[in-house]
Amino acid sequence: MDVNMEARRILAVSISKLYASRAQRGGLRLHRSLLLSLVMRSARDIYHSSSRDSEPHSGPSPPEEPMDTTSSVEPERTVSEPQPTSPSAQAATEEPEAEYERGASGDKENLSPAKQSRKRRGKTSAAPDFLPSKRARLEPGEERYAACCRSGHPESLTSLSLNRVISAF
Amino acid sequence: MCVGVQWCFSQVKGAVDDDVAEADIISTVEFNHSGELLATGDKGGRIVIFQQEPESGNQPQCRAEYNVYSTFQSHEPEFDYLKSLEIEEKINKIRWLPQKNAAHFLLSTNDKTIKLWKISERDKRPEGYNLKEENGRYKDPYSITALRVPVFRPTDLMVEASPRRVFSNAHTYHINSISVNSDCETYLSADDLRINLWHLEITDHSFNIVDIKPANMEDLTEVITASEFHPNQCNTFVYSSSKGAVRLCDMRAAALCDQHTKIFEEPEDPNYRSFFSEIISSISDVKFSHTGRYMMTRDYLSVKIWDLNMETRPVETYQVHEYLRSKLCSLYENDCIFDKFECCWSGNDSVVMTGSYNNFFRMLDRGSGQDVTLEASRENIQPQSVLRPCNVSTGGKRKKDEIGVDSLDFNKKILHTAWHPLDNIIAVATINNLYIFNDQLN
Repeated sequence: MDVNMEARRILAVSISKLYASRAQRGGLRLHRSLLLSLVMRSARDIYHSSSRDSEPHSGPSPPEEPMDTTSSVEPERTVSEPQPTSPSAQAATEEPEAEYERGASGDKENLSPAKQSRKRRGKTSAAPDFLPSKRARLEPGEERYAACCRSGHPESLTSLSLNRVISAF
Repeated sequence: MCVGVQWCFSQVKGAVDDDVAEADIISTVEFNHSGELLATGDKGGRIVIFQQEPESGNQPQCRAEYNVYSTFQSHEPEFDYLKSLEIEEKINKIRWLPQKNAAHFLLSTNDKTIKLWKISERDKRPEGYNLKEENGRYKDPYSITALRVPVFRPTDLMVEASPRRVFSNAHTYHINSISVNSDCETYLSADDLRINLWHLEITDHSFNIVDIKPANMEDLTEVITASEFHPNQCNTFVYSSSKGAVRLCDMRAAALCDQHTKIFEEPEDPNYRSFFSEIISSISDVKFSHTGRYMMTRDYLSVKIWDLNMETRPVETYQVHEYLRSKLCSLYENDCIFDKFECCWSGNDSVVMTGSYNNFFRMLDRGSGQDVTLEASRENIQPQSVLRPCNVSTGGKRKKDEIGVDSLDFNKKILHTAWHPLDNIIAVATINNLYIFNDQLN
């Protein structure tokens, strides 16, 4: 379980670093981004294997499968709109869902399936505290990362290729 | 260097302030081929060249001092409008050309552009122009009644730095290395994914000799971290990668050297596998020995010496700061794990040197197998005062004069060092100061 927590923490730190490096003078550094993605992959793999080994399958697990299937068929559209699959993630995903609904009924011209709304999240939202509070406009690859983390489901990172970070170059 | 050599403080250059301006952070240090000149580059795009004074008979026990010879702005910040990215003016590398005449030439590079600078002395100026006043204003033509020819008269020494060539628009990614070929006509520049070969006289095109960019960037697994030409064989160069491998290429084999001639890599020790194994195995610097027989690589925790005739494993491995292995997670969080330490050979290849944290630097004597940790500190700057070895304690019990790992200052790091090619004089750059040390003369 410690390994699980450590992996999750390292994932969170890595994602913060990725965000922060976008604001660096001189732009994103390919070498640094590559190393970050390798660490994230290791942490993700450890997290997965320790999660699989530790807990028996609970309720949330079956609903996750459709998401995984979808992602393997259509990687471009993966987890653009994460659905809540466990009570703990419910609050975290409420706002993105609500935003999607508002966007869907509102300004369709500016809202593409791959993009989240730019609305700034309020302080009362139950977003995981390891994420930056301000949502900047992201490159397509990085948006998928952000969507995954916002859902509070690092497991859903399995549906992504971490190398999409690099493809932003 | 033999066992028992003492190192003494000689000089320190730079501001005393604790508050360091980012532009003053030293980013590269390089002696020229004779050791007479020492160049530093900084984050603000400036180059400062120090010159060693001629030896004076007054103080035979001291080495001659280095004083400022020339200061100039090499690179300016630029903006790539297409990508909406700022291009930093930070000088990544300086490399001197072998001297051919009275002037000195060096190559300096930032992330995108390489420049060839000519540093020349002027100690005469023409005086007595026929048509111009001394202040440069043209005379009234009707007042000129005689013809006179200007003559050169001695004047105060002026050192001028002028850009002779600008090599630009050849790198999509960030340049990490430049290296002058032994043919003195060509040089290479390397970025994360490509290496280009230039002729010093031709600025509008270069040859791409290595390209490791995958067709699909999502398949990228390693990048180029450093590259250098062999000191004697003009057809041979090496490049290191983020995966801990060094590839040696022969330009006679093919125009595009994607297929390496040799690959030097050591299998990872499975006992040390961690989240950060890939980061700490990334090579930050590669340097050929002066003879060209050996090659040195620096990764985060160690220095390895390779025999070019043996690819399977290094002939020597030195731990720089093994006590940091248990701290990798913290070093990842504070970004120190991404620091790129350089390394250098002594003039006779018997000692290698590299930097560490807490303003420590390490001297590793290949002959005796001994090593010493020294500190660049303003607390010990009496002229020719001997540096005392430092020790880092890892266990619970700390001996006297030892410093605990948790007491190390990770903001004080020595990334750049240089060794005089012919003498035991070393230049060690802390964040914004340049220390010069020499071995104790008897």
